[in-house]
Amino acid sequence: MLEVIDVSKSYPAPGGSLPVLRGVSLRLEAGRSLALTGESGSGKSTLLHLVAGLDSADGGAIRVGGAEVTGAGDAARARLRRETIGLVFQQFNLIPSLDVAANLAFQARLAGRHDPAWQAELVERLGLGALLSRYPEQLSGGQQQRVAIGRALGARPGLILADEPTGNLDEETSERVVALLLDCVAASGAALLMVTHETRLAALLDRHLVLRHGRAA
Amino acid sequence: MSARIWLAALALLAATPAAPQGYAGLATDAEGYAAVTAPARLAFPRDHGPHPAFRIEWWYLTATLEDAEGREWGAQWTLFRQSLAPGPDPGGWESTQVWLAHAAVTGADTHRTAETYARGGIGQAGVTLGPFRAWIDDWEMAAAPAPGDALADITVTAQGADFGYSLHAVTEAPPVPQGEDGFSVKSDVGQASYYYSQPFYRVAGTLEIDGRRIPVTGRGWLDREWSSQPLAAGQEGWDWFSLALDSGARVMLYAMRNADGSAHVSGTWIDAESRPHPLAPGDISMRPVGYSQVAGREIPTAWHLEVPRFELAVDTEPLNAHSWMDTSFAYWEGPIRLSGSHAGRGYLEMTGYD
Amino acid sequence: MTGLLVLGALAGHWRRHRLELAALFVGLAVATALWSGVQALNAEARASYAEAGAMLAADRLAAVRAQDGGLFPRADYVALRRAGWDVSPVLEGSWRRGDLRLRIVGIDPLTLPRQASAGTDGGFEGAENFVAFVRPPWRALAAASTVARLEGVEGLPPLEVSATLPPGTLLVDIGAAEALLGTEGALSRLTLAPEAAGRRLPPDLAGHLRVEPPGEGAAETERLTESFHLNLTAFGFLSYIVGLFIVYSAAGLAFEERRPMIRTLRACGVPARLLGAALLAEIVVIALAAGLAGTVVGYVIAAALLPDVAASLGGLYGAQVAGSLSLSPSWWLAGLGMSVLGALGASAASLWRTWRLPLLAAARPEAWLGAERRRHRLQLGAAALLALGTLGLLLLGTGLLAGFAAMAGLLLAAALALPPLLGAILRHGAARARHPVVQWAWADSRQELPGLSLALMALLLALAVNLGVGTMVGSFRETFTRYLDQRLAQEIYVRAADGAQAEAVADWLAARPGVTAVLPFWQAETRMAGRPAEVNGYDAHATYRENWPLLEARPGAWDDVAAGRAVFVSEQLARRGGIGLGETIDIPTPAGPWRVAVAGIHPDYGNPGGQIITAREEVGRHWAEADRTRVGARADPAAVPEILAALRGTFGLGPEQAYDQAAVKAASLAIFDKTFAVTVALNGLTLAVAGVALLTNLLTLANARLGRLAPVWAAGLTPAALARIEAVRIVALGGLTALAALPLGQAVAWMLTAVVNVRAFGWRLPVEIFPGQWASVMGLALATAALAALWPAWRLARSSPLALMRRFSNER
Repeated sequence: MLEVIDVSKSYPAPGGSLPVLRGVSLRLEAGRSLALTGESGSGKSTLLHLVAGLDSADGGAIRVGGAEVTGAGDAARARLRRETIGLVFQQFNLIPSLDVAANLAFQARLAGRHDPAWQAELVERLGLGALLSRYPEQLSGGQQQRVAIGRALGARPGLILADEPTGNLDEETSERVVALLLDCVAASGAALLMVTHETRLAALLDRHLVLRHGRAA
Repeated sequence: MSARIWLAALALLAATPAAPQGYAGLATDAEGYAAVTAPARLAFPRDHGPHPAFRIEWWYLTATLEDAEGREWGAQWTLFRQSLAPGPDPGGWESTQVWLAHAAVTGADTHRTAETYARGGIGQAGVTLGPFRAWIDDWEMAAAPAPGDALADITVTAQGADFGYSLHAVTEAPPVPQGEDGFSVKSDVGQASYYYSQPFYRVAGTLEIDGRRIPVTGRGWLDREWSSQPLAAGQEGWDWFSLALDSGARVMLYAMRNADGSAHVSGTWIDAESRPHPLAPGDISMRPVGYSQVAGREIPTAWHLEVPRFELAVDTEPLNAHSWMDTSFAYWEGPIRLSGSHAGRGYLEMTGYD
Repeated sequence: MTGLLVLGALAGHWRRHRLELAALFVGLAVATALWSGVQALNAEARASYAEAGAMLAADRLAAVRAQDGGLFPRADYVALRRAGWDVSPVLEGSWRRGDLRLRIVGIDPLTLPRQASAGTDGGFEGAENFVAFVRPPWRALAAASTVARLEGVEGLPPLEVSATLPPGTLLVDIGAAEALLGTEGALSRLTLAPEAAGRRLPPDLAGHLRVEPPGEGAAETERLTESFHLNLTAFGFLSYIVGLFIVYSAAGLAFEERRPMIRTLRACGVPARLLGAALLAEIVVIALAAGLAGTVVGYVIAAALLPDVAASLGGLYGAQVAGSLSLSPSWWLAGLGMSVLGALGASAASLWRTWRLPLLAAARPEAWLGAERRRHRLQLGAAALLALGTLGLLLLGTGLLAGFAAMAGLLLAAALALPPLLGAILRHGAARARHPVVQWAWADSRQELPGLSLALMALLLALAVNLGVGTMVGSFRETFTRYLDQRLAQEIYVRAADGAQAEAVADWLAARPGVTAVLPFWQAETRMAGRPAEVNGYDAHATYRENWPLLEARPGAWDDVAAGRAVFVSEQLARRGGIGLGETIDIPTPAGPWRVAVAGIHPDYGNPGGQIITAREEVGRHWAEADRTRVGARADPAAVPEILAALRGTFGLGPEQAYDQAAVKAASLAIFDKTFAVTVALNGLTLAVAGVALLTNLLTLANARLGRLAPVWAAGLTPAALARIEAVRIVALGGLTALAALPLGQAVAWMLTAVVNVRAFGWRLPVEIFPGQWASVMGLALATAALAALWPAWRLARSSPLALMRRFSNER
């Protein structure tokens, strides 16, 4: 589902360019999950951004579902986000003007893959049944992330990218949210790439890749 | 012949409440106006009326008066006419005629003055005949029908802010021509005017000062004069006397002072029968003998006058040394008393003491 | 020390959010600018009135005037002088040549009281000056600016500069004034020396003269021009309010964004009072800087508009206003004061919320939808109350001020009702939308409405007023043009030098082939209902009957007027004096009041004074001093140029003395257009301010918007698509606002024509609908919204995905 081959990336810095990734490679098959950990500055978020098509790599190749991400245009990337990738972030995952039900359905409808049965299943699995007519600002952090997971999975994307999805949550809630995430990813058959700084959470995923100074450790 | 006629011109040309222009204003020539030529051929009542073809003219009355308690008073009423341009008068606001009047009452310890201006052509001021009437605002000199001259019975009124008067003047005497039958040569360089007087009025009337009415009687002197010519250059001012002697005779004397210290002196002796006897410069001696500080300047208020030809040698003393006419063109004018060879009273006018 | 630290911390926010600071600054500056500009115009005009009123010490010396306010015979002056009154005659009037209009003041320097001659710079003092002043060709004293303006103008006496004279005024001898004004033997007033004040007029004069206390002249001008200045002030105030909308939203946003910082500061132990003081100091400093900038801009605006204002005042009221601004320090201080006041008022709510901010953020009890419902209920309630108040003012209020207050009420009520209305439309739209992006766009607009509503309200007000004023001016212009077409029925008009020449002209015209009727008319002045009124006497002729419009008339009205049994009064005079059809009125004349019936009411648009129409003989009979110089003639239009040329040649008349219908029409319309030039300019400026309000509003919101757009982007929309949606959304909101502005604008037009105009000028206009104007307002609104949306959208389109991405991880 995801292929990252010898990807390197550096940013301009006062003393010349600052290498962030120095040839990272990984593979992730459908239905599998990979935790990306490392200290601050290790390059784990940069790698995720490159995979999501937010930024371009200096070298190497990234393929999502067989499609080349590096070098794709705005429209192609948007379609990738719409159809192939589900994004879950630390915050601002939800559209504040829409209620929970509309948020859950948004991306699926956008991608033209709205499946009421699948959405009902997600609602069931995520325990959102009582919250459907609420608005994001009325939800707790954990509830919001549960809705975010539902939204990301609504279109049945092949790849879920999660960037510190529990960064704003307490320990107990975090574990519940990650458990739900894994449960839903498994149910949809998607691959999951999750960036986190907590090894405890990383341990819940199939595989665990630690980045150190831009290289797989 | 009097130099006072020029007072009219000076005063009028200082027309608004600004510093007078002095003689500069008179340096205009007389071109276009009627000329003063001999013989005068005065005719009455015609010549009591205005002569708009001439540049300047006046009707002027002074009176030496006394109230019931024997206090002396003096009164003055003067109406000046000036033409601003020669030629026909279009009337209305474009009238060429401008009028000015002064009035004053003098007592031993008070001197009240008033001044008023008027444009000709609109009826605010003027002089008409048949019957004679000279007026400006609510001031008036009006004649009543009387045997003899048209001015034999006149009533004169004036009203200032703090005084007023109404005087009734009558006489049986005819007007007296000055100079050469009314043609009065006035300077060495040829200026002249038409000039006659009525110096024999008996006056009775009422003065009003600060609302107090004071009945008075006395003697009055009317001067009439008109001319077109400007003042001669270098003339600095003048001293002018009208004397009413207890003997019944009347005397007019004047000296026109030149800047170089010389003076043009002239006069007329009018006997009790109202016959005029013109005086030559050699007949007259006028000498200041006492000075007063008036309005910030030194003014000769006491004089010694002599006319040896008529055995006159008198000293004059002002009723009020502060008879200062604080009008737009300021000068000294007030009643005087005579002592010496003759007793009597009179009026003195002095200009040009700056 | 702590205070400085706090101030530093607060100021740091502005360094990071320069745009918000700019919005605050621009809002305050534009609010202050138009207000100050209008005040400067008013102050300048009033100073000119005062200066004119102080001329000849008229502000300190009493005057004798005719009871009817018109001219009176010179004989009255002479009679008063002969009664010992220390009075001095003045003949005043206005002298026109083409566009040029001068106030002529004729005096008699010989009797002018000392107090009155002060300030004439000795222009007629001293022998030579005096003679030059009073003798033809005379000499005219005028301000340096006036002398410069009159260079090359013929028909005036030689000019001399007098520094202290008011603008547009010639001080001349009374003889020159008669020649210039074409009157003879008549006076306008007598200046009374202080010693004479308090005397009673003699009985034979008391019938038609009266003693007027000092300062009445300036007061009269003030009264006449009051409506005009109130109009300007209303516009200035509207702009001020619109500008404050910007300030309110900018201040509110700054508060919202600084909420965490303030909470932190409080948590660090900074007392709420100190924090409040620091915020207060901050806003005052910003207000002072913005106020200064605004006042400078106000000065520029005023300087640019002054010539038009001066022309309007001259054309409408004959009031002369200086062509250049001279402003006092107090005006500058007032500008700064208005800025500070506005800033404090607009940020009071934010300051209060900061003061009361709880240390801990509380969970929100209800969603934005609930807040919306509550806010909209509140707004609707306030709007309903305001509408009720407006209705009450309309029904019960009488003055012009009440009229403006009612208009303010209407506008404010409409503005308050706008967000609920837009909310309802958006709700409806969202409910019907099928596509998720469209649905989101509707919902998002609805949620963003509170942040945008102030700017949209400002836009609504500006558009409605723009439309209202445009409709009013347009209606007025149509009515006025139609009225001129009817009223100016004669082909030739002559204003002769005097009555004798007028008669000669009439005879000449009567004998001329091509002339079908000769219609001289006479004019006199009087006072009715506390204002000057002109009495125009015409001959009985079909020209008038067939062409002249009457608003109301009794049967046989024209016959009654022709027979001297009745008169027509102008609409404004009828309103002001409460005169109804068929009533009997007393018209003051020099010979005592003239009692006559009112047979009709005629329109007389554009005239601040009253007008009475009667038969020519009646004017002659009641006013010995009537102006008999005017002659009109009907002629074959083809022959008019030739007749005019011959007429001018024969009588030596200038083009301003003998002219054709087209010339009068053109001159009248030129005055009309000038009169409204200022209104139109201010109108445009107000709309510009509203545009700025919308732009600054969008810019300040742009940052917060990224957070709302990020999830949509994440769901698979390109930044460019998002930018397009943003632009469409704002333009749609602008369009909806404009739609709401259309009926509101029509209501404003109705208020202006049926309430404000009637109360200000005394005439009522039929309101017309101008579809073109509707379209242009619509276009204007869309263009304004598009312009305002363009930049934020462009920034969004150009923003890197990372900027969006960062929104997901930035701490709130």
